[in-house]
Amino acid sequence: MLGYLTKRLVSLLASLFVASVVIFSVVEVVPGDPAAFMLGMNARPDTIAALRAELGLDGSVVERYLAWVGGMMRGDFGISYTYRTPVADMIADRLWVSLPLALFALTLTVVIAIPAGLFAASRRGRAGDYSIVGATQIGIAVPNFWFAMILILIFAIQLRWFSAGGFPGWQDGFWTGLKALVLPAVALALPQAAILTRVMRSSLIEVLGEDFMRTARAKGLSSGAAIWRHGLRNALIPVLTIIGLQFAFLLAGGIIIEQVFALPGLGRLVFQAISQRDLIVVESVVMLLVFAVIMTNFLVDLAYVAVDPRLRRRA
Amino acid sequence: MTGLRRLNWPLAIGAALVAIFASAAVISLVWTPHDVTGMNISARLKIPGDGYLLGTDHFGRDMLSMLMAGAQTSISVAILAVGIGMVLGVPLGLAAAANRGGLDEMIMRANDLAFAFPALVIAILITAVFGPSAVNAIIAIGIFNIPVFARLTRGAALSLWTREFILAARVSGKGRTRISVEHILPNIANLLVVQGTIQFSLGILAEAGLSYVGLGAQPPVPSWGRMLADSQTLVGLAPHLALVPGLAIILTVLGLNLLGDGLRDALDPKLRVGRT
Repeated sequence: MLGYLTKRLVSLLASLFVASVVIFSVVEVVPGDPAAFMLGMNARPDTIAALRAELGLDGSVVERYLAWVGGMMRGDFGISYTYRTPVADMIADRLWVSLPLALFALTLTVVIAIPAGLFAASRRGRAGDYSIVGATQIGIAVPNFWFAMILILIFAIQLRWFSAGGFPGWQDGFWTGLKALVLPAVALALPQAAILTRVMRSSLIEVLGEDFMRTARAKGLSSGAAIWRHGLRNALIPVLTIIGLQFAFLLAGGIIIEQVFALPGLGRLVFQAISQRDLIVVESVVMLLVFAVIMTNFLVDLAYVAVDPRLRRRA
Repeated sequence: MTGLRRLNWPLAIGAALVAIFASAAVISLVWTPHDVTGMNISARLKIPGDGYLLGTDHFGRDMLSMLMAGAQTSISVAILAVGIGMVLGVPLGLAAAANRGGLDEMIMRANDLAFAFPALVIAILITAVFGPSAVNAIIAIGIFNIPVFARLTRGAALSLWTREFILAARVSGKGRTRISVEHILPNIANLLVVQGTIQFSLGILAEAGLSYVGLGAQPPVPSWGRMLADSQTLVGLAPHLALVPGLAIILTVLGLNLLGDGLRDALDPKLRVGRT
């Protein structure tokens, strides 16, 4: 158990190290001097040199890499080239939109997919199963940003139940904030729910064919009770992996949905940064997203071991 | 087996849908109903029908013509991205399976790492550095495809390496590379075709998403994602602007997914035995 944890932890750190090197090197190849860019065409060379020193742009590549990584570990992501404010503050502001959105969408995904998959698997080959499988087939094909536009058309423009975009912030109360995230979360969640439903269905169907399910029935449990007590737990293991992957996807995929609803999240920050060539912001947001993916996978692996005693013994 | 085998419905419907959009793309190379970029302000925001089968946009451009030309962009971006994934991923997977140990470990770790970069994140990074273009969209989606094919190839190749006919080939003195190319590759071709179809459909979705947020094909190259982005502010006024490209994406992706499912059933001998 301890050996497994150490091994997993070492590979986690290795992944984070290589990912940061990759991101740093890609941004490093960009031509041009951010300090000269910030000060404009008429800046004097000594002003540029001073700003370069302030931004930590002088020094060797290795020094700059170490300064970047070291800074991030202390929560210091550097200073934005365009806004001259700490990148960490900008990201923290935006995370208050992006993170709740991802969590909201993940909750919807799970709440829709687990019962739908359960229902389809327990009615395998019958009409209910076919209609759910058909619905998921379409759900997977729908681009979430298009679905978002259709939701706006129906629920914001026609019915006027929700606003078509923007975010009032959390200061007006939790529900006001949450209401602004309903349509974006639904748009993000439905295609993911289609994927998760399929995973849940096929996982449960596989478990239903196992010997221990027959034993459970043979000892007198009804089919529902057998699924509830023995089937569901076993079927949830692959589902857990996918949920982990989906959380990471929802956080990154939220970037596009934020554009549709004009939400002031990480997505808007990163697109503004791209158009203003504010590379330090892009670099930090990308690193943060990759960090989220790697961390989620790590936690899912740990959850596996916690859920499944067999893995614990093997590990 | 007597008479006709049961018709493989997913395969038939999927192939039909894909054929429609593929031929639309090909035809658009030589002919479109109207000029793709031609604006006609007097005929703007026409609803589908009369003269313009799918209506016109806010510049009076013909939606059908744009849709056909957009199919060309979507399909070529997705195909090239699948190509990149296969050309780089399959040899990596074959090499990992043929040389267990250090090389295998290294390739698989690199794979795990690549999975940490969603296509969108790769695209953001590439565009931030090199600027947005269709080529950068292809590279971003292509890089995303590499570990998918590497992992699939390795898994399938590993199980083949334990089989007797591979042993026979080794006994006859063939090297690992030669066995990989001559015996392993042909045996996993089916699997690669099926996965290729699925990655193709994911590529269409990714391309649409990227060009929607402006990270993909740039004007005047027509693309479904940008048609949707353009329609955003007008969706209440002229819903067909959003419905037409949206349905095109859905039908193409649905077609490719059905085609993939159908091919899997048709190509997998295990399933075929089960059915007859």
